[in-house]
Amino acid sequence: MSVSSQSRETERTDFVAVLAKVCLVAFLSSLGVVVLYPLFWMALNGFKTNAEIFGNPFALPSGFSIANYISAWNQGIRNYIATSVIVTLGSAVCTVFVSAWTAYGLTRSKLPGKPFFVGIVLGGLMLSPTVAVIPLVRMMQDLGLYNTYWALIILYTAFRIPFTTFLIRAYMLGLPRDLDEAATMDGASEGQIFWRVTLPLCKPILVSCVILHVLFAWNEYLFAMIFTSGADLQTLPVGLTSIMAKHGTNYAVVFAAMTLSALPIVVTFFAAQRFFIRGLAEGIGK
Amino acid sequence: MTAMKHDYKGGAVKIGFTGSRRPERGRLGPITGILSFRWIVIAFVLILWFVYYPIIDNFLVSTKNQDIFTGETAFVGLDNYRRLQSDPVVWTAIVNNTLYAVISVIIQVFGAFVLAALIEGLSEERWRRFWRAIYFVPSAISITVTGLLFYFIYQPDIGLLDSALTQIGLADWSRAWLGEEQTAIYAIIAMSQWQGFGYSTLLFAIAIQKIPRELYDAAIMDGAGTWRRLWNITFPLTREMTGLMVIVTIAGAFQVFNEVMVMTGGGPNNSSQVLGTWLYQQGFIENDFGYGAAIASVIFVITLLTGFAQLWYTKRRRIDL
Repeated sequence: MSVSSQSRETERTDFVAVLAKVCLVAFLSSLGVVVLYPLFWMALNGFKTNAEIFGNPFALPSGFSIANYISAWNQGIRNYIATSVIVTLGSAVCTVFVSAWTAYGLTRSKLPGKPFFVGIVLGGLMLSPTVAVIPLVRMMQDLGLYNTYWALIILYTAFRIPFTTFLIRAYMLGLPRDLDEAATMDGASEGQIFWRVTLPLCKPILVSCVILHVLFAWNEYLFAMIFTSGADLQTLPVGLTSIMAKHGTNYAVVFAAMTLSALPIVVTFFAAQRFFIRGLAEGIGK
Repeated sequence: MTAMKHDYKGGAVKIGFTGSRRPERGRLGPITGILSFRWIVIAFVLILWFVYYPIIDNFLVSTKNQDIFTGETAFVGLDNYRRLQSDPVVWTAIVNNTLYAVISVIIQVFGAFVLAALIEGLSEERWRRFWRAIYFVPSAISITVTGLLFYFIYQPDIGLLDSALTQIGLADWSRAWLGEEQTAIYAIIAMSQWQGFGYSTLLFAIAIQKIPRELYDAAIMDGAGTWRRLWNITFPLTREMTGLMVIVTIAGAFQVFNEVMVMTGGGPNNSSQVLGTWLYQQGFIENDFGYGAAIASVIFVITLLTGFAQLWYTKRRRIDL
C-alpha cells in the first residue's frame, strides 16, 4: 500500500512537472509570436498592394511580387544604405583604433597620472548626446562639417570612445604581461609591442567592440537627423522617415522600405550571434 | 572572475617593478612619460572637444536668447530656467519620462529577470539559445523601424491591434491609440518594452549562466523548489546586475527621443512629449536655442545623477564575490 501511494505521489509530481513544462513552453511560444509576428507582418505588407493593406490585416498577400521592394530600393533606400555603410564602417574603424590606442596608453604605457585620464574617459560615459546637440550644431557649422559624412563619423567616434575604451581597457588589464616584458627585454618599443603583441591578443574584444559599434551607428537617429539634411547624405533611419513623409499614402512601399532597412542588421545578428552575445556580456560592466 | 582581479592587482604591482628593474628608465622616465601621451592624445582631443566642451557651452547658450530675425544674442541670465518651471509641457514631459522609467524597470528589469530565469531553467541548451535569440531580434532593429512599424500597428484603419481586438470580441477597446491624449504615451512605452525586453533578458541570461551549478544541485538536494531556488540563489547572485540594469534603464528612459519623434512627434496636443522631443521642438523647430539648452540642462542633471549612481554601484560591486 505504501508503495502504491508513493507511485501515485510520483505520478502526481510528474503530472505537475509536465503541466508546468507545457505552460512554460506555451508562454514562451506566445511571447515569441508577439515578438516575431509584427516583423513578419511588416515584411508581408511589403508584398501587398495598397488595397490589400486596407483589407484584413491578417490576410496573406495575393502574390509575392517584389515590385514594392524594388521601388523602395530605387526611391532612396539604395542611397541611404550606402550612406549608412560609409558612416557606420568609417566610425567603427576610427572608434575601435583610437580606443585601442587609448586603452593601451592607459594600461601599458608609462603615462603619468593614469587615474586622472581614466577618470576623464569614464566621465564621458555619463554625458549624453541629447545634452550636447544644440552647441554641436553651431560647432559643426563653424567647422564646415555640417551636412557631411564627417560630421557623423567624428561625432559617433567621439561619443563612443569612452565606452569602447572602457571595454578594451578592462580586457587589457586581464591580459598577462609576460609577453610584453619578454618583448621589452628583446628591445621592442612600445609601438611595436602594441601592434605585434597586445593588439593581436585583444582580437576577441575588438570584434565585440566593432559589433556593438555597428549596432549603435546603424541605428542612431538624433545626430543623423540633425547633422544631415540632403537626401544623398541621410542615413537609413532618417531616410526612412523621409520616405514616410514623401510616400505616406503608399503604405506598401513604406513597409518594403522598413523591411529592407531592418534586414541587414537582423542577418548580421544571426550570422554573428556568438560575437554579439559576447560583446553584450562584456558591455554589462558599463 | 577572481583570477582577473589577481591579474589586475599583480599587474599594477609589476609596473613598479619593471620601472625599478630597468635603470635607464630613471633618466628617460620623464621623456617616455611625455611620449606616452601619443597613445591617448587623439581620444582626448575628440572627447574634450566634442563631448565635454558642448556640455559647458550648453550652459552658456542657456543663459542667452537669440533674436531669430536680427540674429543678435542677449544675456538673459536664468530666465530660461524660470520659464522651465512655468512651462506645463516640461512637467508633462517629466511625468512621461518618469512613466517610461517606471514601466521599463518593471518590464525590462524584473520581467526580463524572471524570463531569463525561466529560459535558463530549460534543460536543453539548443532551446535556451533559440529563445534568447528570438526575443533579442527587435533590439537589433533600429528604433526608427520599430517605431514606424508600431505607428502602423496602432492605426485604426490598417493596424493589427484594433483588428485583433475586434476579432477576440473586444471591439469596444479599439481606438486610435496614438491619436488620443490618454493613450499615446502608453502606446509608445509599450512599443519600447516590446523592443527592449529581449536585450535585458539576454544580459540576465548571461549573468545567470555565471552562477555555479553546484549551488543549484545543493539546493535541489535540500529539497528547494523552483521558486525557492529562484528567490534564494538566482536573485541574490544576480542582484548586482539587477541594480546596474535599474540605473541604466532609468538613465535611458530620460534620454528617450527616437521612438516618440517617429510615432507621435510629441502629440496629440503635447501629451506624449518627453524632455528630448521638447528640447528638439523648442531648439530646432521654434529655433529657441536658449530655451532648448535649458531643457538640455535638465536632462544633463538627471543623467549625471544616474551616472554617479552607476559609478558608486560598480565600485561597491567590486568588493563582493
